[in-house]
Amino acid sequence: MPNRPMPEFPELDTQPFWDAAKRRELAYQTCSDCNEVVFYPRAHCTKCGSLDTTWHTSSGAGTVYTYSVVRQNRSPHFADLGAYAVAYVDLDEGFRMLTNVVGVDNPTTDVQVGMRVQVEFEDQEGGEYPIPVFRPA
Amino acid sequence: MANQRREAAIVGIHEWPKRVDKDVSSLQIKAASIHRALDDAGLQWSDVDALYDANDGEGGGGLGLSAYLNIRPTVIDTTQVGGSSYEFQAAHAMRDIAAGKANVAVLSYGSKAATQRIPIGTGGRGGGGSWQTNMEVPYGSTLISNYAMVAHRHMHEYGTTSEQLAEISVATRHHAMRNPEAVQAMKDLQFQGVQEISVADVLDSRMIADPLHLLECCMVSDGGGALVITSADVARGTKKPPVWLIGSGEATKYRTNDGDITVSAGAQSAPIAFGQAEVTPAEIDIAMIYDSFTITVAVCLEDLGFCKKGEVGDYVSGGRLRFDAEGGPALNTDGGGLSSNHPGMRGLFLLLESVRQLRGESTSQVPDAKLAVAHGNGGLLGGSHTGGTVILAAE
Ligand SMILES: [Zn+2]
Repeated sequence: MPNRPMPEFPELDTQPFWDAAKRRELAYQTCSDCNEVVFYPRAHCTKCGSLDTTWHTSSGAGTVYTYSVVRQNRSPHFADLGAYAVAYVDLDEGFRMLTNVVGVDNPTTDVQVGMRVQVEFEDQEGGEYPIPVFRPA
Repeated sequence: MANQRREAAIVGIHEWPKRVDKDVSSLQIKAASIHRALDDAGLQWSDVDALYDANDGEGGGGLGLSAYLNIRPTVIDTTQVGGSSYEFQAAHAMRDIAAGKANVAVLSYGSKAATQRIPIGTGGRGGGGSWQTNMEVPYGSTLISNYAMVAHRHMHEYGTTSEQLAEISVATRHHAMRNPEAVQAMKDLQFQGVQEISVADVLDSRMIADPLHLLECCMVSDGGGALVITSADVARGTKKPPVWLIGSGEATKYRTNDGDITVSAGAQSAPIAFGQAEVTPAEIDIAMIYDSFTITVAVCLEDLGFCKKGEVGDYVSGGRLRFDAEGGPALNTDGGGLSSNHPGMRGLFLLLESVRQLRGESTSQVPDAKLAVAHGNGGLLGGSHTGGTVILAAE
């Protein structure tokens, strides 16, 4: 089982996102005043400054905006993974998140900019939060 | 250029010559470099009235460094924005001197990144607990892979190739081989083959984070240095011709939901700097651009206005960036972070080599160089970063 580093708390902006992850939901916010999509999570709207935001659950469907394949990471959490793909994924609801693309034989050839992906929640050996990652849709 | 203001100038410089140096501390590098930069200018320790420091390493910052040096400045600036801190600080020194708040400003840097084996590019990201790190640490995105994601998107949108990016490594290595300190650095850091390299050599080197190869990544070295910026009145009495600071710009950029990752903070900072300097990129002889990776230079060449967005692949082809090539500008004529030094925050060296060129002292001297741009990029090119642009002019 993977053993990724966990988010650390107390951290008030991201706590609701990770609480949702425990329920295997990918959460994001919109502004109740101007409808702007707010992500990463924050208590204010990043467009108009409103303090009134609403949480939603994403469909988890998105597109790879860009990616890289990490061949060398000295962190023990990733040392045993072999080459793995990090990516920015654009979710259909209009937010972009850093993530990994998993479930491919060879990340160098099997991950492409523009490919469609779907979220899944990956249980971890050493932490309480399942981590949202993506695999080809 | 008739109305260009010339109120502050770099009059003294020193670059720490060694890139692996176990017998000196980072604070000692700062103090010794300040001493030598003041000597280069013909100024005294007691003349310093403004201190700029990036608040890095052991005992730095306005609090610790003043006491260590025994200097009591009337202007203290501890701007820390990553590798571009020194472009920001030079901009602030220009402003502070123009406002009459200071006459003799000192910027210094010292780092033991090689001796202390700090894995700048391939370490995991720092510990969690912030609104940003909590969203990023689970994914193992190294610093290099962050920059690499910019490269992949640039390739996707504009057809840029690894062959084209490799031209940047080839040009800077050509310059490094003419710089004895860079040659020694590569020997001390046990580079495989301290020699000129080809595009094929770059593409044959080990992939670190797709699509960036080993020879597209900067080294991790020790090093440091200092520079002295003074008012026009003080500059008239110094030992060497002053190099004038004639424009500056500052900016930040960061991940947004619909942002274009192929555009850096330089797209904001550079027009401000060129506007203040009343010069255009076409007039620039020397481009000192933070070469953490090839893609950093590629994106910044576009954002500084040397070519249009998406056209850098063609622009850099054919050895154009070499100091002896027609059509200029000459890129990173000291050898850059790719082949001379990178102790973690390279911004100071961009200014130092600009000064050497405009004084006629570079080991890859461009004949009659009149104008240089130093552009620092700090942080993560594909995430939160800063851009600091400074335009320099010969006397
Ligand atoms: Zn709003």
